[in-house]
Amino acid sequence: MVSEVQNNPTAILRVERLSMKFGGLIAINDLNFEAKRGAITALIGPNGAGKTTVFNCITGFYKPTEGMLTMTRQNGEEYLLERMADFVITKKAKVARTFQNIRLFSGLTVLENLLVAQHNPLMLSSGFTILGLLGFPTYKKAASDAIEKARFWLEKINLVERADDPAGDLPYGAQRRLEIARAMCTDPELLCLDEPAAGLNARESAELNKLLLDIRDETGTSILLIEHDMSVVMEISDHVVVLEYGTKISDGTPETVKNDPKVIAAYLGVEDEEVVELIEQAEAAGLDDITAAVDLLSTEALHEIEEAHPDMAPAALIPSAPATVRRARATTAKKPVVKSAADKTAAKPAASTVKSKPTTPTAKSPAAIKPGATANALAEPRGGKADKLIVIKGIGPVNERKLNQHGIFHFDQIAAWKKADIIAAEAYLAFDGRIAREDWIGQAKKLAKQSQVTPAPKKTGGAK
Amino acid sequence: MADVQKIEPDSVFAKAVKEGLLAGALAFGLFFLIVGFRTDQNIRNELVLNQRWGLLAIFVLVAGIGRFLLTAYITPWSEARSKNKRAAVEKEQSAFRKSFPKIGLGLLLIYPFLVILILWAYNGSIMGGLQGSLKYVDNFGIQILIYVMLAWGLNIVVGLAGLLDLGYVAFYAVGAYSYALLSTHFGLSFWLLLPMAGIFAALWGIMLGFPVLRLRGDYLAIVTLAFGEIIRLVLINWTVVTKGTFGISGIAKATLFGIPFTPGPTGFAALLGLPNSGVYYKIFLYYLILLLALLTAWVTIRLRRMPIGRAWEALREDEIACRSLGINTTTTKLTAFATGAMFGGFAGSFFAARQGFVSPESFVFLESAIILAIVVLGGMGSLVGIAIAAAVMIGGTELLRELEFLKRIFGPDFTPELYRMLLFGLAMIVVMVWKPRGFVGNREPSAFLHKRKMVSSEFTKEGHG
Amino acid sequence: MSEKQALLSVEGVETYYGNIRALSGVTVHADPGEIVALIGANGAGKSTLMMTIFGMPRARTGRVVFDGKDITQLPTHEIARLRIAQSPEGRRIFPRMTVQENLQMGASLDKLEYFDEDSRMVFDLFPRLKERINQRGGTLSGGEQQMLAIGRALMARPRLLLLDEPSLGLAPLIIKHIFEAIKELNKTTGLTVFLVEQNAFGALKLADRGYVMVNGIVTMSGSSAELLANPEVRAAYLEGGRH
Repeated sequence: MVSEVQNNPTAILRVERLSMKFGGLIAINDLNFEAKRGAITALIGPNGAGKTTVFNCITGFYKPTEGMLTMTRQNGEEYLLERMADFVITKKAKVARTFQNIRLFSGLTVLENLLVAQHNPLMLSSGFTILGLLGFPTYKKAASDAIEKARFWLEKINLVERADDPAGDLPYGAQRRLEIARAMCTDPELLCLDEPAAGLNARESAELNKLLLDIRDETGTSILLIEHDMSVVMEISDHVVVLEYGTKISDGTPETVKNDPKVIAAYLGVEDEEVVELIEQAEAAGLDDITAAVDLLSTEALHEIEEAHPDMAPAALIPSAPATVRRARATTAKKPVVKSAADKTAAKPAASTVKSKPTTPTAKSPAAIKPGATANALAEPRGGKADKLIVIKGIGPVNERKLNQHGIFHFDQIAAWKKADIIAAEAYLAFDGRIAREDWIGQAKKLAKQSQVTPAPKKTGGAK
Repeated sequence: MADVQKIEPDSVFAKAVKEGLLAGALAFGLFFLIVGFRTDQNIRNELVLNQRWGLLAIFVLVAGIGRFLLTAYITPWSEARSKNKRAAVEKEQSAFRKSFPKIGLGLLLIYPFLVILILWAYNGSIMGGLQGSLKYVDNFGIQILIYVMLAWGLNIVVGLAGLLDLGYVAFYAVGAYSYALLSTHFGLSFWLLLPMAGIFAALWGIMLGFPVLRLRGDYLAIVTLAFGEIIRLVLINWTVVTKGTFGISGIAKATLFGIPFTPGPTGFAALLGLPNSGVYYKIFLYYLILLLALLTAWVTIRLRRMPIGRAWEALREDEIACRSLGINTTTTKLTAFATGAMFGGFAGSFFAARQGFVSPESFVFLESAIILAIVVLGGMGSLVGIAIAAAVMIGGTELLRELEFLKRIFGPDFTPELYRMLLFGLAMIVVMVWKPRGFVGNREPSAFLHKRKMVSSEFTKEGHG
Repeated sequence: MSEKQALLSVEGVETYYGNIRALSGVTVHADPGEIVALIGANGAGKSTLMMTIFGMPRARTGRVVFDGKDITQLPTHEIARLRIAQSPEGRRIFPRMTVQENLQMGASLDKLEYFDEDSRMVFDLFPRLKERINQRGGTLSGGEQQMLAIGRALMARPRLLLLDEPSLGLAPLIIKHIFEAIKELNKTTGLTVFLVEQNAFGALKLADRGYVMVNGIVTMSGSSAELLANPEVRAAYLEGGRH
């Protein structure tokens, strides 16, 4: 993807000196940020910070008082969004959006909603209705292609069965997904999502994470997203921009933003206090594994999703995959394409360990095995590739990272743990009794055996 | 809990009696002065007060007994029925309902001949059949079909695109006057002027569309209402061209491929060796308007499956979402206005050819209101529903003229036509209470993946303007 | 049973939308001074139950009793006069009225002397609203509208507060504030709260008791700690991230 746009390799959208005033009210004040191509950029901040106003400026629903919004398309064309009408932005600059309070065409069927999104290409192929009215075959072909494309997205969002039901009849979570699919049917290069996880429960937001990662990885669409659900923001976004009172207060990776004192004060609140409170409550209830439950959350949901939809195949397997899918694949061929959120989170820590090794060799190796590590700790994963420890029920991304830091990368390492090792591990993982209760050792033994039977490490999605 | 759920039959009866008496008393209070007394002038030009206690009693009894029956029998019955219906699984549409449009179309195609045959059998002579059919073909057939066509045209604007247009009759007027003027001044033929009238009306639709595009809802309704009135006032006051309230008369009739429907030797009847009668022209007009109406329906059905038709409906559901999907709502609204206006124009030129006379009288606001009422009653967006509504409303008012027996009840002075609008309004209220989304509120989707399922009216929106 | 002293009790309620049954035989109750949470998937009927308590739509069978009075057949405005307040699904603020006017609309009609005091309390809870006091409701951001809806409900000095997804679209910090404030009000004034939440974890943490609803049926109930510990509940509603 880098080679295609020489002049501006990474930014798909540049927001420069953006200001928006409503009468005397300053909604956005001199805002600058960039959204990177092929990345998920999250826009977070307190209520009324001006996040949706930024969206409305980008998508042309508001004309900004000042500032420049530059959209660079994959083919190198640049558009100044502040000068364009809303519908032209979608049509020409390929920016699509969803709305905070879902705006589906509730009286049209699910399929029709996706067909309306393909209005412009269909309008062309129907010769601005005239050829279509006379029954020219070009339109018939285009119409069936449009339905195929709609079907592709319906399969992605698991709504094929309900294609012929009115959109207003869908449950809330499905409506959210449909709205995203509808936006994707306009073939956008930048997808702007306004609180896509609002009103979704934990499981649905885990599903949403997977959908968004799929969109990013398979179609190469860049995503800009407003969200309050931190399980979404922190897990999937590559870059986070924090607004308060229309001004940027922080900008960086989820990790840096999460630990930025300004963000914590203005937006997140103190995380630890909540955990302490939780443990207290759990103890009162005679429950000792509440932290385990908390940690379990993300992993288990992801496993479940994978179990539930093993057929959520990568787009390449579906013949009708839109052209953008293939184009995106070509551009991302170099780096390992991750298939699901689970793989993604697993790959990340491992990759970062490997990558950071040459640059900071001294810092890494001694620090890699932290004090208090288990007996069989390794300095680095064998063959440079760690096992996906999160496959073990009870290990989440956080724990996996901790384990990696303490030199545990492989199933057989855990399988070989003795009592002393368990105590040591539980000490740094900061919970007791859970390793035995959830039988990590047993799980790890099984998994270690499996990986011996199939010597090639399981690498889903790598084949593409 | 049981006391809440079960209501004893006795209490229903008592409640019904109570409500019946109350309704009777209310009716008495309401009609006591209005119906009970009537001022008349007698032969000596004196004002005399007539007392009409009998009539008043009828009104009061109808209200009281009606209310009683409603509460005691009809409401429990319908509740029981709806409960049973709930228990039963949603059934497939019955075969009759499915094939209703086809049956209806077949009937419409043979309607004039059916009427002639029946009257022939009734009168015993072919001439009797022909002359007698005049009234049924003209007053019922053509009149209803004009309104069907107008309502189908307006349906594109109101039912599909969700733009409330209260001045639709203006396009009807534009069509009628463009035929009337161009035919009387330049002698152009009907078949040339028919499409031209449509194009003129469409142009006017676009002209109206441009300034009002930014308006929504009530504002749009008011501006279109004003537009309708402006057109009418121009027609009245621009006397040089339109001859004002006198109207334009002697408009050329339509011809069948150049064969005129005149009594002369080159006329239609003479050429085919048929007995002379005005009825051929009426039958010809009947098929002409049927053809035009079917054209409207066909285009509407085709357009709904085109991207533009889908965009209209999407516009009705949510304009902002439309814009976010890259749809130019300005042109989309304009095409809806223009297409709707075009069919209004066709109907207008047909109207001029049928009447042979046009005047601003025919294009008052009431006409717009009636057309809109038909669209709403039929169920916005549904062609079949609208056709039924037009038949009921227009056919019903025509039928009123035929109801001689009413005179026997209400006395010889009673002219049922005067109560036309009252009944019209009453019918609307009844239908709206009974079926708030019109006769056919369900919407047929324009595309499907597995199976075409009707979309229940509770999901569709009326549009915001 | 605790029927006698329950402030709100919903007994075997069935509600229909047209021919579709949304609630079947729902029985829940809230004792005075209790915070009760109702959790369940989207479309389970949680909001329908909220609205049924308010008589829109009306329960077809069963009854709703508030403070010993059967309110099943009461018109909605009369239910509201019993000092039951609701922050409904979809916010439903008055978009053309200012924030101040919205709060005035919410204020209880018979207790006007409390207006200043109550509005101060709402502004303390949501300082953001004070900044926007003369702005029209429709021009507020989504989260601010949510604050306004909750604030408006609080203005009624309710005896029973029904909250439909109060955390929807709000920043984590604000959610924390709201939950703390509800707890505080509950402690100090004995306000009874009936709460529907998608954020099951937060809701159960806040509540004393909880109900789980699946497809219009209450499938589980118990103290919050019990529900939090229940593996089924955890599997269905808690996993996948805390908030």
